[in-house]
Amino acid sequence: MARTIQSLERAAAMLRLLAGGERRLGLSDIASSLGLAKGTAHGILRTLQQEGFVEQDEASGRYQLGAELLRLGNSYLDVHELRARALVWTDDLARSSGESVYLGVLHQQGVLIVHHVFRPDDSRQVLEVGAMQPLHSTALGKVLSAYDPVAHSEAAEAAREAFTPRTVTSMAGFESVLDLTRARGWGSDVEETWEGVASIAAPIHNRRRMPVGAVGVTGAVERVCKEGELRSDLVAAVRDCARAVSRDLGASRF
Amino acid sequence: MTDTHSTGPFIAAIDQGTTSSRCIVFDRDGRIVSVDQKEHEQIFPKPGWVEHNATEIWENVQEVVAGAISKAKITSADVKAIGITNQRETTLLWDKNTGEPVHNAIVWQDTRTDALCRELGRNVGQDRFRRETGLPLASYFAGPKIRWLLDNVEGLRERAEAGEILFGTMDSWVIWNLTGGPNGGVHVTDVTNASRTLLMNLHNLDWDERILSSMEIPAAVLPEIRSSAEVYGTTADGVLAGVPVASALGDQQAALFGQTCFSEGEAKSTYGTGTFLLMNTGDKPVNSYNGLLTTVGYRIGDQKPVYALEGSIAVTGSLVQWMRDQMGLINSAAEIETLASSVEDNGGAYFVPAFSGLFAPYWRDDARGVIAGLTRYVTKAHIARAVLEATAWQTREIVDAMTKDSGVELTALKVDGGMTSNNLLMQTLSDVLDAPVVRPMVAETTCLGAAYAAGLAVGFWPDTDALRANWRRAAEWTPRMDADVRDREYKNWLKAVQRTMGWIEDEE
Repeated sequence: MARTIQSLERAAAMLRLLAGGERRLGLSDIASSLGLAKGTAHGILRTLQQEGFVEQDEASGRYQLGAELLRLGNSYLDVHELRARALVWTDDLARSSGESVYLGVLHQQGVLIVHHVFRPDDSRQVLEVGAMQPLHSTALGKVLSAYDPVAHSEAAEAAREAFTPRTVTSMAGFESVLDLTRARGWGSDVEETWEGVASIAAPIHNRRRMPVGAVGVTGAVERVCKEGELRSDLVAAVRDCARAVSRDLGASRF
Repeated sequence: MTDTHSTGPFIAAIDQGTTSSRCIVFDRDGRIVSVDQKEHEQIFPKPGWVEHNATEIWENVQEVVAGAISKAKITSADVKAIGITNQRETTLLWDKNTGEPVHNAIVWQDTRTDALCRELGRNVGQDRFRRETGLPLASYFAGPKIRWLLDNVEGLRERAEAGEILFGTMDSWVIWNLTGGPNGGVHVTDVTNASRTLLMNLHNLDWDERILSSMEIPAAVLPEIRSSAEVYGTTADGVLAGVPVASALGDQQAALFGQTCFSEGEAKSTYGTGTFLLMNTGDKPVNSYNGLLTTVGYRIGDQKPVYALEGSIAVTGSLVQWMRDQMGLINSAAEIETLASSVEDNGGAYFVPAFSGLFAPYWRDDARGVIAGLTRYVTKAHIARAVLEATAWQTREIVDAMTKDSGVELTALKVDGGMTSNNLLMQTLSDVLDAPVVRPMVAETTCLGAAYAAGLAVGFWPDTDALRANWRRAAEWTPRMDADVRDREYKNWLKAVQRTMGWIEDEE
């Protein structure tokens, strides 16, 4: 009985082949070098390509090593890179929603605001980049806690302070909020952190579908909600923005 | 980008840039509906020479226009006008009858006309035409490039004098082709592009005959100089057939327009590989005694032209790239902020990136880059901080020169370009300028400016006030640095600048 998996061995051989000698190889070169049928080689190459380990040159059809291999050893996402990628999408979200936009990442026991776009009116606003928000009560924090296990354990261990009468502080209550967040794919905060303020947020994923941050809009509760419900057009705009940033980071459609 | 757009109508803007051509479709609120972009080849025939294949560029322009229109899911009926913005000064001569370029376009960065410019300066030097044109005799500008082509392409001078050859910067080339090319294409340029040729008189906005004869350039090759916002003609064919071509602005002037700097004293700064700062100086050209350029900002229809002072910084974003590619201290440009943020200050280090000499306001080609103030205490993080501060201090020097020349104090700086995503840099900029730094909500101010000008020309927007109403503040940084710290740091920076000078001793 074989103790190893043949297709993985073949894939490894292909990567070694592409790493040495000529940088780009055609399908038939690869197949003949490894003594494989073209169809078999193609199937393995296509899988490697989907994972980003191999790239195919559009013009020549030849294969080369993919950028994903370089990223394997160096996998964290710089928050300033995240901001640079998110810039155009968050500007557009602020414009279409008419509300201010925040981009947050997990930092220690809270949400670090790494990007902030002003509400597009002429009012005086102060840039809040560098500010911290709580994990358990804000829309950004709930999204991070729902999707990132590290954020979840931070929020679970922290003292969940009641900022308003609506803040959910019990562990069971918090878990059901996170279940809801995961089920619908977005999180919210209606006067649970600040009186009169409501937010909607959605998760940003990287190319390996790891949650790397959350993006959301924040505004006066009477604008963000309509007839007691969060406005569905705002929810859609926030989710579109999160998907667009995720796509820019290389995440596939989900 | 996604939902919630009105159904039109729209304005399309073409940005024929140095590395790529782009087309962006905007709606009435100035929001981006779709974008398409394609890079073109950079051709380096010899050290210091840079060329573009103008045929490739025109093909790319057609492709990105079709791409942007199809991504927006609209047709020519939804597009009210096309605006053009372009890399400035890049020079092309082509055959009027066939539409064939007679040579690759000579790109603004190309330095082949250095010696010619010295020769043209005669006993006066590089300011020989400054009073008329607002520019020093330098290899960037189009006039000497035309002269080089006439002197070096066989038989070209005779054909040019016979009226068979047309000159244009990239705006002229794109407009001529859009409006029919050899079949009735209009041969025009706008005042902003013409103001970068060294051939236009800034005061009457016409070609200067004395300069033409000094440079031995036949007037027959020159396009008609028109306003930045007016209908030049209609698109002959392609997906936008029948749509008016209604604006042209050099890229930096387009950004000034897109940032809605319509009042005297308003300024914008675009932070890319290098940086370009333009300040609106109203309806009079201001002479610079501090090494800035005087240029036309824009002209709308029959209105008076609006002038600008321009200062450029050669090395800003490219210094961050240098830290990434040559020094290997960071993996991505954005990481410079991470590294720089890990320390509180520059640790006493100052980095003057005079890689190819000092530009405005010094203009010293004998200078070379320096990192000053090094001690054992200094880490790579301090150097990263010094890298960001270098961009800020160089901006401060340009702003100071503008204040001296124009007598107008800067009230706020509007910024755009890739480096505006660097929060620490923007805060540092505000600190050293002691003025608010403001980022608008649409980062694509160059295309937006061209779209605005085209929209004004066809009545899509009624006036500049309507455009101002579209302008949205996305972020604002306000000064936090104590005045005595700022003064001390500026003094140290100026000391470091002094250390760069005189490094090159007589290159001959």
